[in-house]
Amino acid sequence: MNRQGRPTEPVQALSVAPETFTGNRGLRIEEALIFETGRTDVTGVDVEEPKRASRLGNLERKEIGLPGLSEPEAVRHYVRLSRMNYGIDSGVFPLGSCTMKHNPRLNEKMARLPGFGDIHPLQPQSTVPGALELIAELSRWLCELTGMPAVALSPKAGAHGELCGMMAIKAALTARGEKRSVVLVPESAHGTNPATAALLGYRVEAVPAREDGTVDPEEVKKHLSPDVAAIMLTNPNTCGLFERDVVAIADAVHAAGAYFYADGANFNAIVGKVRPGDLGVDAMHINLHKTFSTPHGGGGPGAGPVTLSAALAPFAPLPYVVNDKDGLRLIEHASDTQRKPFGRMCAFHGQMGMFVRAMSYMLAHGADGMRQASEDAVLNANYVRAALSDLMSLPFGDRPCMHEVLFDDRWLEGSGVSTLDFAKAMIDEGYHPMTMYFPLVVHGAMLIEPTESEGKASLDLFIAALRDLAMAAKRGDTARFSGAPYYAPRRRLDETRAARQPVLRWTRPMPQKEAAE
Amino acid sequence: MRYLPLTPEDRSEMLARIGVAGIDALFADIPAGKRLKSLPDLPLTKSEIEVERTLGGIAGKNIAAGSVPFFVGCGAYKHHVPASVDHLIQRSEFLTSYTPYQPEIAQGTLHYLFEFQTQVALLTGMEVANASMYDGSTATAEAVLMAHRITKRKKALLAGNLHPHYRETVETVSGMSDHAVVALPPAPRGAEDILGAIDKETSCVVVQTPDVYGHLHDLRPIAEKAHAAGALLIAVVTEVVSLGLVTPPGEMGADIVVGEGQSIGNGLNFGGPYVGLFASRLKHVRQMPGRLAGETVDAEGKRGFVLTLSTREQHIRREKATSNICTNSGLCTLAFSIHLSLLGEAGLRRLAQVNHANALLLAEMLGAVPGVDLMNSTFFNEFTIRVRGDAAEVIEKLAARGILGGVPASRLDPMRPELRDLIIVAATEMNTDDDRAAYADALKEVLA
Repeated sequence: MNRQGRPTEPVQALSVAPETFTGNRGLRIEEALIFETGRTDVTGVDVEEPKRASRLGNLERKEIGLPGLSEPEAVRHYVRLSRMNYGIDSGVFPLGSCTMKHNPRLNEKMARLPGFGDIHPLQPQSTVPGALELIAELSRWLCELTGMPAVALSPKAGAHGELCGMMAIKAALTARGEKRSVVLVPESAHGTNPATAALLGYRVEAVPAREDGTVDPEEVKKHLSPDVAAIMLTNPNTCGLFERDVVAIADAVHAAGAYFYADGANFNAIVGKVRPGDLGVDAMHINLHKTFSTPHGGGGPGAGPVTLSAALAPFAPLPYVVNDKDGLRLIEHASDTQRKPFGRMCAFHGQMGMFVRAMSYMLAHGADGMRQASEDAVLNANYVRAALSDLMSLPFGDRPCMHEVLFDDRWLEGSGVSTLDFAKAMIDEGYHPMTMYFPLVVHGAMLIEPTESEGKASLDLFIAALRDLAMAAKRGDTARFSGAPYYAPRRRLDETRAARQPVLRWTRPMPQKEAAE
Repeated sequence: MRYLPLTPEDRSEMLARIGVAGIDALFADIPAGKRLKSLPDLPLTKSEIEVERTLGGIAGKNIAAGSVPFFVGCGAYKHHVPASVDHLIQRSEFLTSYTPYQPEIAQGTLHYLFEFQTQVALLTGMEVANASMYDGSTATAEAVLMAHRITKRKKALLAGNLHPHYRETVETVSGMSDHAVVALPPAPRGAEDILGAIDKETSCVVVQTPDVYGHLHDLRPIAEKAHAAGALLIAVVTEVVSLGLVTPPGEMGADIVVGEGQSIGNGLNFGGPYVGLFASRLKHVRQMPGRLAGETVDAEGKRGFVLTLSTREQHIRREKATSNICTNSGLCTLAFSIHLSLLGEAGLRRLAQVNHANALLLAEMLGAVPGVDLMNSTFFNEFTIRVRGDAAEVIEKLAARGILGGVPASRLDPMRPELRDLIIVAATEMNTDDDRAAYADALKEVLA
């Protein structure tokens, strides 16, 4: 039957699809590397003929080897590549801990206004009052939503924000004349937390969770000493649970003279519901590319502003915007301020392009819309949990989760199907897999974060697909899983070979005669 | 709210299915006394028209680079980006995808990262490059840490003409991780004694070329001296278009090359997001920070790409990782790679020549203004002039006349009185004869 319901003639289908001569499969077209198709004498950009002259001091370059493509060739190359990618716009992208929410195109339009996209960081400040206003306004919103008095905007991603927050903590301790050497990190933390602490010379002590997947303040107290600089706690944590004893943990940490760093990766669950500042947080990074919808772009760019408590605010890195009797000003040097900035995170002033997009998101939602988004994100995750808990195993019992739900692989025991196989089979069903094997505290973790961007109909289809797969796995339909994905642009890729014999760039193939020798 | 698909009916139905009375039951783990009783003190939801009006009003207060004769550089440059670049990076599948952890459905991203890595390696004259850092300054700080890991030493030597923001970024990261930094004083005329400062404790020498004042440097003698002392040479390039015309650091003995790739494919954006370039010798690849795409095959033997050598990275090694970097500059990397594919070697070389030629013309015109001295004997597209009086005031007066004439050196380095009369001036392919004439005339007026 066709879409209008009129009967159509069935076609005698081939039982096996033929291999095509080209390797292409309909809309899926194989694409070479530009180094195989481009030529160094071809260009897709017209540039005027320059007058010859030189002040290069005998440093003129010989050949480079860069291929060029004409504009139509280039456009086609990148369009074909794009079609080998799955994005949020393609379908459900339930990647736990990453908050793959809808990216409104209005944000893109706003970021491209010439007054934002086409201004230079070192133009005279008098020519960019709107830029300073936008930064001040974003700061106000972030401070209000977190209940914290200050924000450092320059960090360029979440991990960079962690570094910034921990540097502020280190600077505050130094200012007190203290040199502490330990940072506490729960076992369920993102890998960036221990990596950040280690980068600053701290020894990382792991804090195990209790049976229910959360941190016990009594356990924290066992680890606390005058040598502990900070605890780095993600809340809600990576198991999708709110650390309900967070206030007791914060109190214990503060009583020991240490600071409370919060990893804000999961802020999307609680925006407008509770303010981290009210829970005793001293520093928290916010991933604008998660919570505030700036696009992930295949792995960046992000932005990781850090909100700071009154205790840490004086140490915020340069630059920052102040609003005093002279109006809005950008403070770029320690010599221009009474505060004690610990230094500079990067050149210029941070990810302005992301600030605009995040601001556009916030203005669109407003206080009411942001709270609704958090509630919907949590509702969606619990709906998935409730619909799958009879088939798949929950490591910490069947209780409410926050904006993501964590399953382990106990339910697959004896089936011959691994978490990885299950994830690859989801690809065949048209879904991006959930986060797998993270957090490390549960075996074969599957972390599902639907976000508020999914409607009920979409979730119902997603749930139905997961239930079908789960039942197939339990039935012993292993070929469906072990060979998956069958329908992606590539079958399963050999990652071991990539690591053992690294090929990290294109090189000119040896002529056959040489290769034979 | 237009971005939220759930209806009130959906919500009730779902709560019932979950088996709770209301939404607050799902937030029960949050201490009741801490939950917000009312909405945050912020405006309520706005329509698309209202958002455009609000942000358009704020953006309208800024003077866009493209609207005036524009000569501001110092690590961020106003170049032309072909229309197809911005169109292609906004393809849904690029814009709204994630880090390619599921390679079978992320071949688009992995394929272009592999091409990007090759382009960067060719451009810098190095053997391997990673899939990007946040920007040039953070790449430089990471390169210094990498040199410490390789040499097992703890002291970095920074050339005086390294961009001051880069210097401060390195000093901040190094200071916080208990490594020493020796920064030489600036040399606005370009001649500084780096060789004399290299000793047996030096882990790495960091030299920028073209440097912040625009001078070009032959790195060979520095590389030789550094290697003899057991140190590495880190070369920094903040104007990557220069590599279309100038001998690359990789051909002059650099061990690590880092840089800012904003000039190719990316707009100014008030300083970010940009794209950090990071290239090194192959033998050091396992000490490299950041992501790497590598070639492999799939189960049918077809060529494909994956993220590889992940055992260097935080999500695998946690506190033993080479860096804590996770998200990088994915989409800016794509813009860079598309623009460079369009340019190709022929286009890049010509673009570089036009930049150089425009800088020569401008230097000649400004140098002829009474009260102006040109500080450079070599430069690519950026040079420094000494003016009578306070350079920051001159720049303000030029701005009042509708000319954005460059960066006063004091804005980057305010504590050195000897820099108060210097302006760093950048020329690109965007400047016309009229722009240059307007600048020279205005400067003549301001200095008269």
